[in-house]
Amino acid sequence: MSVRQLAKEQPDSFSFKPEYAERAKRIIAKYPAGRQASAVMPLLDLAQRQEGWVTKPAIDVIAQMLNMASIRVLEVATFYTMFELHPVGKHHIQVCTNLPCQLRGSDAVVHACKEKLGIGLGERTADGQFSLMEVECAGACVNAPMAQIGDDYFEDVDATSMRKIIDALKRGEKPKAGPQNGRVHSAPLGNFTSLTDEPKPAPMQDMAAAKAAFEKAKADAAAKAAAPKT
Amino acid sequence: MTKLTIDGQQVEVPANTTIIQAAELAGVEIPRFCYHERLSIAGNCRMCLVEVEKSPKPVASCAMPVAEGMVVHTRSDKANKARNGVMEFLLINHPLDCPICDQGGECDLQDQAMAYGSDRGRYEENKRAVKDKNMGPLVSTIMTRCIHCTRCVRFATEVAGVQELGATGRGEDMEITTYLEKALTSELSGNVVDLCPVGALTSKPYAFSARPWELRKTESIDVMDALGSAVRIDARGREVMRVLPRLNETVNEEWLSDKARHACDGLQYQRLDKPYVRGANGKLKEATWAEAFAAIGAKLKNVAGPKVAALSGDLVDAESMFALKQLMTSLGSANIDCRQDGAAVNPAVRASYLFNSGIAGIEEADAILIVGSDPRREAPVLNARIRKRYLRGNVQIGVIGDALDLTYKYQHLANRADALSKIADGSHAFAQTLKNAKKPMIILGMAVLSRADGAAILAAARQVADTCGLVKDGWNGFNVLHTAAGRVGGLDVGFAPGAGGKDTRGILDSAAKGEIEVVYLLGADEIDTAKLGKAFVIYQGHHGDRGAHRADVVLPGAAYTEKSGTYVNTEGRVQRAERAVFPPGDAREDWAIVRALSDVLGKKLPFDSLDQLRAAMRVANPIFAALDSVTKAMWSPFGTAGSIAATGFDYPIKNYYMTDSISRASRTMAQCTEEFVMGGKARTGTHG
Repeated sequence: MSVRQLAKEQPDSFSFKPEYAERAKRIIAKYPAGRQASAVMPLLDLAQRQEGWVTKPAIDVIAQMLNMASIRVLEVATFYTMFELHPVGKHHIQVCTNLPCQLRGSDAVVHACKEKLGIGLGERTADGQFSLMEVECAGACVNAPMAQIGDDYFEDVDATSMRKIIDALKRGEKPKAGPQNGRVHSAPLGNFTSLTDEPKPAPMQDMAAAKAAFEKAKADAAAKAAAPKT
Repeated sequence: MTKLTIDGQQVEVPANTTIIQAAELAGVEIPRFCYHERLSIAGNCRMCLVEVEKSPKPVASCAMPVAEGMVVHTRSDKANKARNGVMEFLLINHPLDCPICDQGGECDLQDQAMAYGSDRGRYEENKRAVKDKNMGPLVSTIMTRCIHCTRCVRFATEVAGVQELGATGRGEDMEITTYLEKALTSELSGNVVDLCPVGALTSKPYAFSARPWELRKTESIDVMDALGSAVRIDARGREVMRVLPRLNETVNEEWLSDKARHACDGLQYQRLDKPYVRGANGKLKEATWAEAFAAIGAKLKNVAGPKVAALSGDLVDAESMFALKQLMTSLGSANIDCRQDGAAVNPAVRASYLFNSGIAGIEEADAILIVGSDPRREAPVLNARIRKRYLRGNVQIGVIGDALDLTYKYQHLANRADALSKIADGSHAFAQTLKNAKKPMIILGMAVLSRADGAAILAAARQVADTCGLVKDGWNGFNVLHTAAGRVGGLDVGFAPGAGGKDTRGILDSAAKGEIEVVYLLGADEIDTAKLGKAFVIYQGHHGDRGAHRADVVLPGAAYTEKSGTYVNTEGRVQRAERAVFPPGDAREDWAIVRALSDVLGKKLPFDSLDQLRAAMRVANPIFAALDSVTKAMWSPFGTAGSIAATGFDYPIKNYYMTDSISRASRTMAQCTEEFVMGGKARTGTHG
């Protein structure tokens, strides 16, 4: 992570497109009167979905919509690394390089991306189609290594499958998200390694005996209480 | 009340106090960086950790409320060890540049590192470096030194009311910055320098110019606005190096406006250090005191008393005005006035020109009507007090005048002055608001009183005070906010037209017509000097400003840092400014100049020392006997009923940074004017 600042080159203006404006309205309406500032994060996300990244005019517009100072919105936008402050490609590839992914071969995945796209980490292709970034843990360690492209998680990737995904994206197709090695969700790749035998029913409890023991204890206690104190 | 034990000492404190406040009451000092009693609690520096019995970990005493039976140890091994750890972490990224840091010698971090720091670091990686930020011409930033206490952010947001400072990024990459690195547009921005516990924010004009231990410190009073904020003047040799605020809960708390703080470099430029006499060629020529006095004597010999007039300026102390008034009386003239703007207050009724509720009274008010005043520029520290009241809630603020940004929300009632008469006769809704309030107040600005119909507005305001219950037992909500430090003092010594005397307008009109032949300007620069016509003008003051340019004789006086003088602030508090340095060259203290001149004119004044003068002044007006306190004014009739013109206001302060001869001579204030008033012209290569 490094110091997060607004991009030097900024568009002149920003406004939510009608469908996004409608969603923004619904989001703001979720919060009680006077607490509209709570909507700052969903609105920044909305702006990012529309523009691809969070622009300075967007920050100003959101600040105005929520009756906040621009600096307060900037604080939020710079705090969370998932808000992109610089233009990204249409397909924004975020490869996890944290420990579990790295142990499972994320270096090869990063290398494949670099080679395939001809760009380095934090860069964008000249045609604006792809950008590449390494990110901290995305929480899919079971399926390491993984890469996030847009909203989709591509899990259990390796250099080959990563190349295939990029090729598909280049052709304008929508590659299938999720594990790329045939794994079902986070289940083991081969056979089950535990709980392999048929489940047995739980042993039945002798309710009558338990009740008798309880009644006896109760009677004993009553007798003890009734006995004259010596 | 809650009972607890701090360092073995039993204390009883109100239930909602925090441990650090309770410790303060018990006289136990707890180190801190982020905690500040006038700002919200952040709890992010962790320096104030203390040990609390039965608590598994050390607790941050600034954020922890007290509880019954709590046992706190502030100096135990556990507390000390915790602070040592915090200090070690703080110093990880703090540069060891104290020798070149302006904060050196008065740095909280430096001081506390002496107590809790280690003599060596265990951190072997590189320190982080942070790009410096632009915060305008007053605040210099060396952001690598920042320890992220966020005091400056909280000050700007809460006290100054400008949401421009913020902390971007997170963790190690957190940086304090203004939005898009624009200058901080507050009249109180200099205070962030005082608040900064390290050398990250330092004073730009004062950069690298002195060390705190070289400075001679004089406790004095500020004269840049009518609040009379308590200041400390730091001087080295003959130069005033800087002005800092002092604590005065009733006036300025601990804040100071930028002009009061940074106009002091104006004391070095444009100074009058020799007497001048206009020669036969029409040019001012250096002269000796004897020659200057002789020129005045020669002129006054042939002029009858009523043809002589005197005007005093905004920065003049009460003593000089008192002396000049005596001289004018002995010359047979009643044409004296200390109201350069012609403010229509009634000099005979003290309540008509005071901020009667007191500045601290703002905090009790629950309805405030501001009429023709721009407190943000006329008295920034007072405006911060209104904002403080506003933030506490349950207050109605109404404004008659332009819809200015005052840093708080208010009801904009009207643009024009005639709305006040509607409130006075009860036909305006805000009249009911005032009536319903327990402690309502009205604040009249100079833009109202200096209008031609000022007396009528004053009468209407008085009517509002009477009909809406602004004046009741123990509360007087009729307030006049002055812009000139010397004004109330001048009115209190009676530097106003005597029987048959002319006021400022009358004097200027008569001078233009040639009916007044001699005008004595005592530091009066804010008048239209073109109106002085052919009159013989004597200017006594400290700066070669408008008045001196027009003068026929110039008598060099002393500025407020160079004499002991009494000033009465807008609420009527009698305070004394003290001498920090000597006046330059041949310049003398102003009362002494008047006294010496009276001798030459054969009208010797009956005092030979400042003490004798003050004794005479106390006899003339007993309020001067009560130094540092306010004598409440009697609520007597004032104002002249009349019709109020349906026009807007002409605010006296167009450029906050240049309002008097000192700030006009100041280079720092010129930079501020360029940045904030002219809108920050494009910087070229020739700019430093």
